[in-house]
Amino acid sequence: MIQVTDRPRWLRRTRAIDSEWLRLVFTLVRREVRDSLRDWRIVIPIVILTLFFPILMSFVADMALDWVAKYNAPIVGERMLPFLLLVVGFFPISFSLVIALETFVGEKERKSLEPLLATPLTDAQLYLGKTLAAMIPPLLASYLGITVYLIGLYFIKGWTAPSVLVVLILVLTTMEGLVMVTGAVVVSSQTTSVRAANLLASFIIIPAALLIQGEAIIMFWANYRVLWWIVLLLILVATILVRMGIHTFNREGLLGREIDQLNVASLWHTFRRYLMWERWLFGLDLRPPADGGRVPVWLRWLGTVGGLYGRDVPAILRRSRLAFVVVGVGLLASLFVGQIYAVHYPLPPGVLGLEQITADTFAEMPSIDWLPALTTWGVLSNNVRALLAAALLAMFSFGSLAVALLMAPLAIIFFFTAQAARLGYSPVLFFAVFVLPHGLLELPAATIATALAVRLGATLMSPPRGMTVSEGWIWALADFLKVFLAVVVPLLAVAAAIEAYVTPFLVVLAYGS
Amino acid sequence: MIEIVRLTKQFDDFVAVDRVTLSVSSGEILALLGPNGAGKTTTVRMLAAILRPTAGHAVVAGYRVTEHPQEVRRQIGLLTEHPGLYLRMRGGEYLDFFGRLMGLDAEERERRAKDLLARFGMSEALGRRMGTYSKGMRQKMALVRAMLHDPSVLLLDEPTSAMDPHSAKLVRDAVSGLRHHRRAIVICTHNLAEAEALADRIAIIRRGKIIALGTPKELKGRLLGPPLIELHLAQPADGLVKLVSDLVEIETQGEDWLRYSTPSPQETNPRLLRMLTAQGVGVVTLSEVTRSLEDVYLRVVEE
Repeated sequence: MIQVTDRPRWLRRTRAIDSEWLRLVFTLVRREVRDSLRDWRIVIPIVILTLFFPILMSFVADMALDWVAKYNAPIVGERMLPFLLLVVGFFPISFSLVIALETFVGEKERKSLEPLLATPLTDAQLYLGKTLAAMIPPLLASYLGITVYLIGLYFIKGWTAPSVLVVLILVLTTMEGLVMVTGAVVVSSQTTSVRAANLLASFIIIPAALLIQGEAIIMFWANYRVLWWIVLLLILVATILVRMGIHTFNREGLLGREIDQLNVASLWHTFRRYLMWERWLFGLDLRPPADGGRVPVWLRWLGTVGGLYGRDVPAILRRSRLAFVVVGVGLLASLFVGQIYAVHYPLPPGVLGLEQITADTFAEMPSIDWLPALTTWGVLSNNVRALLAAALLAMFSFGSLAVALLMAPLAIIFFFTAQAARLGYSPVLFFAVFVLPHGLLELPAATIATALAVRLGATLMSPPRGMTVSEGWIWALADFLKVFLAVVVPLLAVAAAIEAYVTPFLVVLAYGS
Repeated sequence: MIEIVRLTKQFDDFVAVDRVTLSVSSGEILALLGPNGAGKTTTVRMLAAILRPTAGHAVVAGYRVTEHPQEVRRQIGLLTEHPGLYLRMRGGEYLDFFGRLMGLDAEERERRAKDLLARFGMSEALGRRMGTYSKGMRQKMALVRAMLHDPSVLLLDEPTSAMDPHSAKLVRDAVSGLRHHRRAIVICTHNLAEAEALADRIAIIRRGKIIALGTPKELKGRLLGPPLIELHLAQPADGLVKLVSDLVEIETQGEDWLRYSTPSPQETNPRLLRMLTAQGVGVVTLSEVTRSLEDVYLRVVEE
């Protein structure tokens, strides 16, 4: 057997990007672009949107400026010119979505994908080549359209766009194209037919349409700095989608999947497999003996609990360590945010009024609508609801919103602790009586739940090695449910009882009059 | 050239290829014969480093498919079941594209493309868009694509499926012309005649498992028993049955003929002829009954 030993193993693993690597990518890009440009269904709309539409927009802008001037509303016209620049740039790049959606699944349908997969191209080269090929023609058309529009307006109206605005629109257009293409490539590589890919494209089209509407409002508001933040957001989304695409795109997935049918029985079977754990007690494996004997019932029950808490939960927490790091960073950030806000928005003296707290203060709290009832059940149900909502949001935000939901109350706690310090109270005493009694249990419970929720969302972007997205997600869901029911809810229940009965007592003891 | 050891591929709960072990040496053509869904294509895709085996391993042209998939893909030529051409491209452009991906320089790409197209009688197709090609031409173009970089391993997945007999013959002739002492060829097919005509050895695969492996002759001998000989006489055979039954095992008989099997026809037949001549019995013909691969296949698959 031949061993490839020309480079050290670690260097081979880096898949160094050299000129040969890029040559193969551009060979693929060139073919794909040429193929797109031979398709009249792509070429004709792009030509219309690149040449005819921008000229039309120039005349529309000219007429609109004259019309609004009659009503003494020149500002509407002034704002319309940059807005139309955005529209002229966006329309051609919408075609990148069509090309990208077709890129893998269309080839698969035409049976031309397998020969390409049998070439020495790596998965990354295929992904990059297909993505670039889907982006280049529409982006060039978009840049050309913007140029035609600007030249048209210069000659018709003598209007010259500020260079910052032109750069902003070019960057914005490029990033919108990148987000749509990377999203479409993910969709395309996960479906088995163009029809299915087109149906799933709504997940790209609807957010893109909402984004354009938002950008239009910002354009008329003329606060272009906000658009740079949108550019930053788009870069973040594109990065996540590229990572997701690279993780989910592989030859196995492209050819191994033949039908899109939802196999509920198979999903349930997988879920059950991951949800189960083995009975275990202090190193003793409690599986039924091979000779057909039975393990006593009491020992099986003990083994079930021992297996869950002694082996399964620690293993789940260990494999979620990266998610814990993310949550830890979030906790530190909330401390920082709370401090910053406390400095920027100091409370006037007397607002906290800690000396005025009495036992009645807590008794009156249920009358405040947005706060949960200060009972064990009220606090527990509120916390469970919040953490489940965080897990749900995590699935749609690759885990980020779960961290944000945890950060918000913590930032508020740190804000008030810092304010207490500013107003002359001891921040240690404040934190010790208001937060610590129940927080000792509640905070770890919330951290654990959030970390597992982060895994639920992040798995969609980056499934565990050797697993499909659905398998990895089902695994993360089973882990979440096990730990949530076995660890988080019991901790929250005890914390809720402390919060309802011990914390108020300590607060009154420390500050009450 | 190809070494497969306990190669397994599982999709969820479905085992597509189950502990397949076989080898193909240089200069040999092996046919993977089996019904639809038997695991032939999955095996070929694993050999082409497109699918990753669940268990076991395969070494192709000296490289393990799991450890050096790119090297493996550089060494193999794959003809897929469907030609999978880019129909808007011209033949020349198409071959140039794949030649670039396989790392051939411009001069070599052009030379190899022209040579191969000429060999398959397709020279005039070089400048034509492939959408205008006939079915046979498309399959031959796909074969040229697979051969462009002169691979040491050629994997042909159902090369003539869904083709009319004339086109299928053209492709079969082309494939037989690719035999080379430095090249191992694997053909997946469910066409028995094709397997028998082209292959040195045949592996019959069913439900992901190799259930029979050997040369066509070995398979027939092993699975259908010893050769069957038919003897036609110039007179009624009734009186002779007892005489010859000491020498051979009679399977069936007619008025002036009988059919017998013998494990060693080289020894038995001359003795039988001598005996019949001594008895003054006239022999019209003595010939081996042709048994098709179909008999072997049906017996193995039905078992």
